[in-house]
Amino acid sequence: MLEVKDLSITFLDDGAKAVDSISFSMAPGERLGLVGESGSGKTVTALAIAGLLDRGRVRTEGQILFQGLDILSCKESELLKIRGKDVGMVFQEPMTSLDPLMRVGPQIEESLRVHSKLTARQRKALALQVMQHVDLPDPETTYRKYPHQMSGGQRQRAMIAAAFISRPKLLICDEPTTALDVTVQAQILNLLLRINEQSDVGLLFISHDLSVVRRLCQRVAVMYKGRIVETGPAEQVFSDPQHEYTQRLVAAIPSRGKGRRQ
Amino acid sequence: MKKRRNYNLILGLALTCAMVGLIVMGWLWTPFDPNAMDPASRLQSPSLTHLLGTDNFGRDIFSRVLQGAGATFLIGVAVVLIGGVCGVLIGGFCGYYGGWLDDLLMRSADIITAFPSILLALVIISLIGAGKYRIIIALGVLFIPSFSRLVRGEVARCKSQEYVANARLMGAKDLRVLFVHILPNTFPVLLSSLAIGFNNAVLAEASMSYLGIGVQPPDPSLGRMLSEAQTYFFSAPWYALSAGCAIVLLILGVGLIADGLGGRRRRDRA
Repeated sequence: MLEVKDLSITFLDDGAKAVDSISFSMAPGERLGLVGESGSGKTVTALAIAGLLDRGRVRTEGQILFQGLDILSCKESELLKIRGKDVGMVFQEPMTSLDPLMRVGPQIEESLRVHSKLTARQRKALALQVMQHVDLPDPETTYRKYPHQMSGGQRQRAMIAAAFISRPKLLICDEPTTALDVTVQAQILNLLLRINEQSDVGLLFISHDLSVVRRLCQRVAVMYKGRIVETGPAEQVFSDPQHEYTQRLVAAIPSRGKGRRQ
Repeated sequence: MKKRRNYNLILGLALTCAMVGLIVMGWLWTPFDPNAMDPASRLQSPSLTHLLGTDNFGRDIFSRVLQGAGATFLIGVAVVLIGGVCGVLIGGFCGYYGGWLDDLLMRSADIITAFPSILLALVIISLIGAGKYRIIIALGVLFIPSFSRLVRGEVARCKSQEYVANARLMGAKDLRVLFVHILPNTFPVLLSSLAIGFNNAVLAEASMSYLGIGVQPPDPSLGRMLSEAQTYFFSAPWYALSAGCAIVLLILGVGLIADGLGGRRRRDRA
């Protein structure tokens, strides 16, 4: 479904190479984790896949094939067709990723407004249904709320609802739980897992939190300084890391009882 | 979070409402015909018949202040409207798309702002002629650069926000992103600068009428009255004071609103 081939991304203003010929692929419905530290190129990769890179500011090489369409070289009008419909994205900061002056309900419907010919009433019905699905409390009331009236966890649920309402094939989650506290984090992860299992949406899960990725993902790619240094089934990568950087990462995962003795 | 009372905003709104009330009253009814001369009662000091006294032609100053403030107010609103609408459109597109057109327009704006605005207004007036409506056009055009620059900056700031990226990701087209998601978010900043712009427009109208190229006699405007009053400043100080105070009150009210809005925004962000 998604195939990234030798992707390199260079920022034109300072010549920095954010991503250095990485390749990976995703099958429909797969949950792939992309882990790495800040600045390792995870987010840029995600933006590239979503077709959100400012083409005037970066130089790209290689290919990103999404359902046969090369996202890097296709026309803007073709991107508009898949954005929101086939690719959804959940951002890190639920505080800033919703328009502060717009009620939440219409924001959840945004992609339907562009991609479907549904009437306003049908859109609202669908939005309420999705809001129910992501466990937003009292959808009718929440529909009319503004983002600042909601908690961080609720906003992230609203984001997921907005990304998911058009039933995309791929959901990119860029550190969706980093800004949330641990209990809410667990709830959001369960929600993503449930959505993935109930539909054929693929999850590209970007995080620096190894324990989260280990819990959620079937396969992992480890990024370090713009390169993918290791990739494989999650269990295998975490229990038997091959690359030196991965070994250090895995060793840094806090585990119960081990810290005190050392 | 404790809600603090925004006294600036409340006071400004009250003052402006009172002024607008008086202005509306002035359109519907004035105690005397503002242009009716009465040689028998020239330069009378304030009394119960003539609340603010009379001028050198025996015209009732209170009636003239009411109507003059109305003219000044209308000019201020119209100027801000022209400058604001054009500024939002130009600034919006420049900030969103950037590119050479952005550079061109913004550098032109720099050039226009480099000249003293009253001088440029004089140039425009000398091209299109004086008068109430022409002054609106002249000042309106002059106000476009400052608004468009402000909006451009705000748009550029909002453009990099995640909710804009998100809206684009949802498949929203450029115009929808710009008009539905970005421009409304620039309004808090724009609003207080519109109020400040209104004040500048009132002052500019006053100075241009003072110079004799604004509202034409015999119609009253606050600036005209001020310039006519200066000859009689020592014999009839109430004349200049009435016109001057009307200008001050009008500006003070709107200025307080601008300040109140600005203060509220700062608190919201903190």
